[in-house]
Amino acid sequence: MGVKLDRVSFRIGGTTILDDVSAQLATGSVTGLLGPNGAGKSTLLRLIAGLDTPAGGEVELDGTALHGLTRRETARRVALLEQSAAPSVDLSVREVVLLGRIPHRSRLFGDFGGDDDHRVAEESLAMVGGGALAARRWHTLSGGEQQRVQIARALAQRPSLLLLDEPTNHLDVSAQLGLLGQVRSLGLTAIMALHDLNLAAAYCDRILLLHRGRLVAAGTPAEVLVPETIAEVYGVDCDIVAHPRGGHPVIVFSPSSSLDQETGPA
Amino acid sequence: MTGDTVTAGERTDGGRAAARGRYLGLVAASVLALLLVCTAAVAVGPADVGLSDVLASVGRHLGLPGMTDVPPLTDSIVWQLRLPRVLTAAAVGAGLALSGAVMQSVTRNPLADPYLLGLSSGASLGAVCVVILGVAFALPAAAFLGALAALVATLSIARVGGTITPGRAVLSGLAIAQLGAAGTSFVIFWSAKGDSYREILNWLLGSLAGSSWTSVLISGSALVVVGTGIVLSATRLDAFAFGDTAAASLGINVNATRWALLGAVALLTGAMVAVSGAIGFVGLILPHLVRGLSGPGHRRLLPLTVIFGALFLVVADTLARTVFDPRELPVGIITALIGVPVFIVLIKSRRAAAWA
Repeated sequence: MGVKLDRVSFRIGGTTILDDVSAQLATGSVTGLLGPNGAGKSTLLRLIAGLDTPAGGEVELDGTALHGLTRRETARRVALLEQSAAPSVDLSVREVVLLGRIPHRSRLFGDFGGDDDHRVAEESLAMVGGGALAARRWHTLSGGEQQRVQIARALAQRPSLLLLDEPTNHLDVSAQLGLLGQVRSLGLTAIMALHDLNLAAAYCDRILLLHRGRLVAAGTPAEVLVPETIAEVYGVDCDIVAHPRGGHPVIVFSPSSSLDQETGPA
Repeated sequence: MTGDTVTAGERTDGGRAAARGRYLGLVAASVLALLLVCTAAVAVGPADVGLSDVLASVGRHLGLPGMTDVPPLTDSIVWQLRLPRVLTAAAVGAGLALSGAVMQSVTRNPLADPYLLGLSSGASLGAVCVVILGVAFALPAAAFLGALAALVATLSIARVGGTITPGRAVLSGLAIAQLGAAGTSFVIFWSAKGDSYREILNWLLGSLAGSSWTSVLISGSALVVVGTGIVLSATRLDAFAFGDTAAASLGINVNATRWALLGAVALLTGAMVAVSGAIGFVGLILPHLVRGLSGPGHRRLLPLTVIFGALFLVVADTLARTVFDPRELPVGIITALIGVPVFIVLIKSRRAAAWA
């Protein structure tokens, strides 16, 4: 059960983006997807979301192969939060959350203002502590509020799997911590692409580390985030210490002895 | 805590019922306004026709009992000239407004409009080719093919590295529109019969002067058939609010849906241009205006856009044929006078910076 990646690969043109990625993620676990820019994090999320079809291998969710499902069926099981998306028209928060009900609606015209949809939307918004935002316009929200509303929209899809593509981008530190704490407290199986290794170490049960399309390490944060692996993948020097309160690994970077790249995590 | 939630739930339920009531009231009021304006528009013109004569003439032709007699001349003015023209204006306005609303949503471009993106000129060119060759039956089909070709050309030119920005779409639409206009003018000059200038103006700026019951049939059936299909797709249009990836992750088959809807827009625009020429800006103005009343959700936006589009063009065409009575303006002049300021407001709006 949970999510199973079975020798997944993906190519665009002749370029291999993902090569033979296999992993098993337990139901209810929060997994961090790490790796430098271009490692294939977003692509893997798209494959798991059923937006692209793997060139080889298979993605299974709770024992069902995704490629056997229609897009609508997938959308009822998997919800995706994109990187900083903005609507083209001025929607209210309630309208944004209601978008999550689209995969559950009848195809023609939809259910005109169905009370069930509205109830689910309200519950979803309440779950992220956004009940008071319902009537606000999207464009008046802070970055952190927008992401919380997006999570409510994803919850309105009633998914069994939540995917997040760099959800903490452009958020201040309190919003980052608030958001990731929120994701953990939902109890849903979640996979999130992250840039910040320390956030991943603090909030994820498991880490998948991608490098040039290959899965180079998988395991708990303490197993994966070791100086040798980080040096190999990111090309930076660091030390690992235990968090004084939580006990989870904290990565302390050494700027002076950075190896040969300047594209370390921010 | 629980008590609060229940109260909040009831409050929003009540608010929702009120909003639904307001919307249905708005629909009813605008339908009523449309009927009144159409009746008044038939009565207005160089020859005075009383409202009672309009109702009596229409009633007699529809076979309603108990209608008073109408003088034959009045009857033919109402039934042969003005009523077909007003009904064509209503259908064309509704179709163009609906086309604009769909284009704005599937291309996520607030400036999208069949005229600005070149579809109308393409349709004009297709229609003119057929008119010159004299194959009346194929007229809407040729206009559809012209609109479709223009749409594909505009979007292909605007596409750079997989993305189409609103600004680039309008620029490529401008080029395609100029090409279509040049082609249309050339074909008319080449045929060189009758009043070329007036005919060119009518195709390029749009005119409802030649409306007949055939025009009503073409524009009306396109509106009913294609328009119904589009309105029933309202939920799918909602899904495009956050872009293609978001739509796909909400279970929408993005490419199939987008091309089906844009194909429907080309069909609708083609049918409308075939009977009226390229009337501009209707598809730009109306959806923005109506969104202010209905909100951005398409299940409320689209039906109201249809009604207001009809209302708008009936009024604009009535102005076009009465303001300089007995001379007549191409109705596109009126729609441009209203549409260009709207266009300027849109490009000056707060999110214009993102459109480069």
